[in-house]
Amino acid sequence: MEPISPQLLLRLGALGIVTVIVQIAAIGQLEIFGSNADITPLVVASAGLLCGSLTGAGYGFAVGLFVDMALVQTLGVSSLLYLAIGYGAGKAQELRDPQGAAVPVVVGAAATFIAIVGFLLLQFLLGVDAPVSWELLWDILVTILINAALAVPVHWAVRRWLTPALPDDPRRRRRRAYTTGGLSPLSRA
Amino acid sequence: MYDRKTVRRRRAVLGLLVAAALILLTAYFGESAGGGLHSVQRGVFSIVSPIQDGASRALKPFRDAVGWVGDTFDAKGEVEDLRKERNQLRKQVASGELAAQENIRLRKQLSLDTNQGLEQYVPVTARVSGTSPNVASHSINIDVGTSDGVEVDMPVIDDAGLVGKVVFAAGGASKVQLISDPAFGVIGQVAKNGVRGPIHAAVGNPNDLVMQPLKRRDQVATNDLVVTAGTVVSDTERQSPFPKDILVGRVTGVDDAGQDTQKAHIRPAADLGRLEYVQVLTKVHGD
Repeated sequence: MEPISPQLLLRLGALGIVTVIVQIAAIGQLEIFGSNADITPLVVASAGLLCGSLTGAGYGFAVGLFVDMALVQTLGVSSLLYLAIGYGAGKAQELRDPQGAAVPVVVGAAATFIAIVGFLLLQFLLGVDAPVSWELLWDILVTILINAALAVPVHWAVRRWLTPALPDDPRRRRRRAYTTGGLSPLSRA
Repeated sequence: MYDRKTVRRRRAVLGLLVAAALILLTAYFGESAGGGLHSVQRGVFSIVSPIQDGASRALKPFRDAVGWVGDTFDAKGEVEDLRKERNQLRKQVASGELAAQENIRLRKQLSLDTNQGLEQYVPVTARVSGTSPNVASHSINIDVGTSDGVEVDMPVIDDAGLVGKVVFAAGGASKVQLISDPAFGVIGQVAKNGVRGPIHAAVGNPNDLVMQPLKRRDQVATNDLVVTAGTVVSDTERQSPFPKDILVGRVTGVDDAGQDTQKAHIRPAADLGRLEYVQVLTKVHGD
């Protein structure tokens, strides 16, 4: 478990606050095909992908707590869900180190699915009406598709913001070397 | 990748985070509205709300630009429906004007004050500063609170009709439960004949409210206007938190018409997906 630098902590904190406020004040008020985009699970998943499972889990917990405070929801609901999203995204990165342009899309869609369906399930468990219908399933599908489309630019922005503060990962260094030809076995042959 | 000690430490941290979330959830759900966690939440909400409000104002041009694209597509589909509705309304206006004249004359005879309108309920205008992103959540945040005279359970309207009620009020901000929330309920009344019944959001469809139960003899038809009845339970005169005659919406269809199981579907008059300004009625009962 690598220690988190104060610079990374500051950048993650600022990113979380700005994300939640922009989501609630602007993006949440935009109706797209009868549904809304939700960039919060995308940002948490991207942070997990870039910073690892444990940092992702802690970050998800903190962002979720802020969401619940700002929206006056039952405290702990979003924390639990975003914790799972941050941890899952980080674990996928640690175990499989997936590459390719589609990774943020798949991870973003999965994160959105967990956020929406998990919220419904927890509401149901807490005894709050969480009715399921075709209209709701359609809304969920539309939100997942919109978020999948937004996942790449969001991941790009999060990576740009966090990269200066990220510890130098040997795998990332190796990939960089391959792309510049430095350590490629083909270049040595 | 990690030695055994590190793995154990990582698992312990993860377990602690999950436990913290579950403890928060259980404690918050179990405590009263005046409990410690609620107070902390109220404090954070009071601090964050002005920031949200500022961000909402700053990002309005962005919202308008995206909304304009969507509106252009929607408008094409709405033109035909609106033409039909206009023709129908023209017919209703003629009979409505006669009824209004008669109403004024009768009220004068009874010495009733007819000039008050909604002003008698002391409306406080508020800007929508936030919306919950989850499809299963039906609430908005507004930028007025207890310091503006807003309290829990006060009705919220916009220029089209009923929007919801205040469910949480802090110093300078409040949370409003929308009429599309399945937990929301109000007694409605068909404007043309006074048929009353409880109204709730239909299962899973926020744009469909259902008026049910209705009696077999109750006459409800498509396009009838539905307003608030001003009472808590239909057929009683107990006062409701919602004043009488606030427009709820228009009947879009009736299931099992003429049966004991009949129910009316109502489309809300307020466009709940695009609320920008609302009004909180702060003095409904004159107390």
